[in-house]
Amino acid sequence: MSKDVIIKVENLCKLYGKNKAEATELMKRGADKDTVYKKTGVTVALWDVSFEVERGKIFVIIGLSGSGKSTLIRCLNLLTKPTSGKIYFEGEDIQKFSKQQILNYRRNKISMVFQNFGLMSHRNVLNNVAYGLEVKNVPRQLRENKAREMIALVGLDGWEEQAISNLSGGMKQRVGLARALASDPDVLLMDEPFSALDPLVRREMQFELLSIQSKLEKTIIFITHDINEAFKLGDTVAIMRDGKIIQIDTPERMSARPADDYVREFIESADKTQILTAKHVMIRPKCLVKPKDMPSQAIREMGANDVSTAYVVDDKMKFLGVITIDDAILARDKNLPMPSLIKTDVYTCHEDTILSEILSIAAESKYPLAVLDSQGKLKGIISKAAVLSSL
Amino acid sequence: MKDYLLKFPDAWQFDVNDVIDNGIKAFSRNHREFFNIIKKGVVFSIHGIKDFLSFIPWWLFILIIVLIGCRVSRKKHVGILYGAMLFFIGSAGLWDHMLQTLSIIIASVVLSVLLGFPIGILLALKKDAERIVRPILDLMQTMPTFVYLIPAVMLFGVGITPALMATTIYAIVPMIRLTSHGIDQVDKEVLEAATAFGSTTLQTLVKVQIPQALPTIMTGVNQTIMMAMSMVVTCAIIGAEGLGMEILVATNRTEMGKALMPGISIVFIAVILDRITQGLVGDRERMPNE
Repeated sequence: MSKDVIIKVENLCKLYGKNKAEATELMKRGADKDTVYKKTGVTVALWDVSFEVERGKIFVIIGLSGSGKSTLIRCLNLLTKPTSGKIYFEGEDIQKFSKQQILNYRRNKISMVFQNFGLMSHRNVLNNVAYGLEVKNVPRQLRENKAREMIALVGLDGWEEQAISNLSGGMKQRVGLARALASDPDVLLMDEPFSALDPLVRREMQFELLSIQSKLEKTIIFITHDINEAFKLGDTVAIMRDGKIIQIDTPERMSARPADDYVREFIESADKTQILTAKHVMIRPKCLVKPKDMPSQAIREMGANDVSTAYVVDDKMKFLGVITIDDAILARDKNLPMPSLIKTDVYTCHEDTILSEILSIAAESKYPLAVLDSQGKLKGIISKAAVLSSL
Repeated sequence: MKDYLLKFPDAWQFDVNDVIDNGIKAFSRNHREFFNIIKKGVVFSIHGIKDFLSFIPWWLFILIIVLIGCRVSRKKHVGILYGAMLFFIGSAGLWDHMLQTLSIIIASVVLSVLLGFPIGILLALKKDAERIVRPILDLMQTMPTFVYLIPAVMLFGVGITPALMATTIYAIVPMIRLTSHGIDQVDKEVLEAATAFGSTTLQTLVKVQIPQALPTIMTGVNQTIMMAMSMVVTCAIIGAEGLGMEILVATNRTEMGKALMPGISIVFIAVILDRITQGLVGDRERMPNE
């Protein structure tokens, strides 16, 4: 069976500046981007980029800032006009489209999600999501119903009438996603959509995107500078440098066989920076007791918070151990002093411990892990479920 | 030392005064009909506004301002203060003069907004237009008013018509500048989003750029009102009735007492108009979704 290609890009170039002909000559002779800029004053944003995107797949383009990835994605809906090269959408050359055809292409076939959301602050959530339908003159009732449906899909029901300024970053990008989905496009362009979000929200959004994708099966062209994000989301990953694509492959093959040292370094270096540590997933312990507290007090605390272990700390929050509800009851009934029943053989970890290291400890531990800082003070706890779900 | 090295030589000085004067006179004679129509239109509109304002009983007028004041400031005492200011103007015997002044200001502000808003949009969208118009705007703001008052008087005669022209020329500038500035300032990514979802240029303008620029545009309206207020006395010089005329007459007779009351009245009107229009801007910013 032949591949179902929805977007095909051939030899795409984009140059900024006056002396394009000379710059093109230099590039053809193999000069690099900086030399060309020095000699001609022309910035080469894209050079000889070719790729195919299959319908229903996620195609990730990754590169550092200035590598031309944003220019590339903007060529696909003609926000930027390419200098040369061809872009085919379902076999049609989009650069041959008339003005009206371009409008229809943007309204029905391809939509976009932006890094800083690109939401309109004078409109509420509902009217932002309905914007794409509004410009193609869908009647109010119809477009609002569709918008509500999309808002529910991204998990923002109840927020329809809110002002954009009342939303958190993650919620804003959900609105951006709902807006892009509202016109039911075939292709979704996503320009570093999660880069402005903090790491935990980013993970949540990645998960959200994958689950929406499994329902709707859109074709997604996704831009990022985060290799973990690229490998997590991408069916195919293209890595860009200085306006050129260096390698296009599946994540597995790319990490197994990087095309050159740049790709290898990129995979390795980016890997380290994006790792989560204990402090990213820990929660505040619900139940804290002090050694001098009465056992009955500890029992009441545990009962009130619906937990079966309490964490014991001294006056300066230094972690001493845990006490279980069974032991506390024993202490109360037999009138034993609390300190004698504190379990000290609890697994602990430093707040900067990498999550993958915690995994093995968490699996063995009977109680949620205690997270300590360098002075041994209790900062939070991590449940087994939290570690597993964040990986 | 030669004389021409010390003094600018007479031979190099030119005199165009007569040429310009005669040119304008001839222009005025040849297009008398045309200028008369404009004059009639202006006089009719301003008298219309004045008649409308006079039609409102004084107490109702004060009441309306008190209510608007309370609404925009959200404080009762502020509205009442505005009412007290108007009451003062009335008890100083200047109610009718105030209405006259207000009608010229309203007319010139409406004219400034009607002309300045589209010009401002044009400047923001067409960078070529901006290169031409920006120096003209600078000229309009820095050229001493009297220089263009004279041709206005030559063409329209003394009275409210040249007063309206002069006030509008002076007051339209912030309207144009701030409209253009507001549209320029709209977030680039928001504009890209509008385009990416298939908006036409007109849809982008009406649905995105103008609403996003509205707080800045409203500041322009506020500035326009303030500039118009500052022209009141200048207008009196060319024969516009109102508070300015009272001050002018008092100045000519060096009567401080007679000048003070209309002076204070002008300040009061300026304060009320300023706070109310600024309050409207603030409202927009607080509640972006109406």
